[in-house]
Amino acid sequence: MALIRWQTGPGEFAEPGTDYDRLRQGMEWLLDRFGSPAPGFTSRVFPSINITEDKDYYYLRAELPGVKPEELDIAVVENQVSIRGERKIQAEKGEFSYHRREREAGSFRRSISLPMEIDSAKVNAELKKGILKITLPKHEKTKPRKIQITETK
Amino acid sequence: MEEKEMARQEKKEVKRTGEETRPGPVFIPAVDILENQNEIVIVADMPGVDGQDVDIDLRDDVLTIRGAVRPVEDEKEASVYREFNWGDYFRQFTLAEVINQEKIAAKMDNGILRLTLSKKEKVKPKKIQVSVQ
Repeated sequence: MALIRWQTGPGEFAEPGTDYDRLRQGMEWLLDRFGSPAPGFTSRVFPSINITEDKDYYYLRAELPGVKPEELDIAVVENQVSIRGERKIQAEKGEFSYHRREREAGSFRRSISLPMEIDSAKVNAELKKGILKITLPKHEKTKPRKIQITETK
Repeated sequence: MEEKEMARQEKKEVKRTGEETRPGPVFIPAVDILENQNEIVIVADMPGVDGQDVDIDLRDDVLTIRGAVRPVEDEKEASVYREFNWGDYFRQFTLAEVINQEKIAAKMDNGILRLTLSKKEKVKPKKIQVSVQ
């Protein structure tokens, strides 16, 4: 699945930011995503993810309540992040009868392509209050570099 | 045991009646409800909720569960891609059993709330002896 940046961040690259422009971009993103199914694209891959960024990092977050660190497997290669794991729901001790069973258990795997290469040696992941947060440093070589201009007479 | 592949579930938003004092969406947590002879157990998925931000209220036979989610993302972070929203949790149940108000135990662990409600001891049927004269 390809990631398309659909919203400009605050700062230098912002479009002549109108609401209309943002809406148009959103529509294009939707069409791109759902109009022509990309190979291997499934809309129901668990878990749902959110990606944000700042100058130096991407932050990937997913809701994984009850999942333990040892049940998760995260790998980063270039700009690809893959998350694999299993969510287990322990059987209750004692003679219980179920009135409702909405919570799901099972295995999951998901692969995400980021717009930029990641420094895989410095990736950090933490699980807190059932939320997985992966901190992905942008690779030095892909960051914009300021070019010094020398004046020649 | 066979392996089951998990499917993504869209978070369900609470249909609001009246106005909220806190901004942002409110979701319905997925729950399991179990019962045995002595207790009712409610297990709810509420990722992002801290133990101190859970509010449980039992009034007559209506049980209300609220979970507040503190801001997860830093203000400096810009959105790149989004599949779900952050938000609080809210759900209400009507209990058929009489609950012992003093024996409600709640535990929050890794984004999962576990609520144990003890049933009140039922009045045992009294056997009435009929004496034959």
